[in-house]
Amino acid sequence: MDVRFINAFIEGTLNVTKTMAMVSPVPGNPYLKKDALANGDVSGIIGLTGDVTGSMALSFSEKSILKIVSNMLGEEISEINKDIKDAVGEITNMISGVARKELETTGLTVLAAIPTVVSGKDHSITHVLGGPSIIIPFAMEEGSFVVDICISGMK
Amino acid sequence: MGIDKEMKILLVDDFATMRKVIKNLLKQGGYNSIVEAEDGVAALKVLKSEKVDFIISDWNMPNMTGLELLKAVRADSDLSGLPFLMVTAEGLKENVVVAVKAGVSNYIVKPFTAEVLNEKIEKIIG
Repeated sequence: MDVRFINAFIEGTLNVTKTMAMVSPVPGNPYLKKDALANGDVSGIIGLTGDVTGSMALSFSEKSILKIVSNMLGEEISEINKDIKDAVGEITNMISGVARKELETTGLTVLAAIPTVVSGKDHSITHVLGGPSIIIPFAMEEGSFVVDICISGMK
Repeated sequence: MGIDKEMKILLVDDFATMRKVIKNLLKQGGYNSIVEAEDGVAALKVLKSEKVDFIISDWNMPNMTGLELLKAVRADSDLSGLPFLMVTAEGLKENVVVAVKAGVSNYIVKPFTAEVLNEKIEKIIG
């Protein structure tokens, strides 16, 4: 996968989590994921078209997303509820937006669909292309989450 | 001229959580008079029933998008002069051009801080 794409999504993730939730997750080394099982307890997925085709998912552990959304709302949330799911959709949207803007500066136009959110232990993530995908792990003090990208057609 | 912190702001976003986030940011800036709507259709109903001084609207919404709402506001002689701040995750240049052509007062790309939101509001009405 083109490194521009990975960098754009790392940048998008760091920007959104810092600006909206005042947290600074640490990105780890990207790796290849072969199954459809989500890494986290709640996930957002968004379809991408334009100069690339595919999808991007974010999958959060319960602890990481509770911390992020509690900070965003300025109130303590202790379980995965509607607010959390709404926020995951919005965070997915925002990260995709920042990443796509970053990609625009490298000459790539990428459009995004409306995100969908899935939750529950051992839920699966179905990428538009069916996989395999690249995982970028992020670590926070409270827990971890991943960015899961599956694309083709990079020009 | 100073900024009227008492002005009534109509906040339009289909995600209740995002409305809550933006409301928090507005309150940090001293704006406490906020009415909410979940899409463009609901926003127009609010605009017909009460006096609003400023509109902050998301772009991507079901039923009626922020862009459609903006066009409806600009086409209505009673509402056409209202300041309209578009909030969106779409930072792409072509979208900015479309919004400017439709008469948007300013444009803010998510994510943003309370400071950036305040600056945008002050730029429009300051």
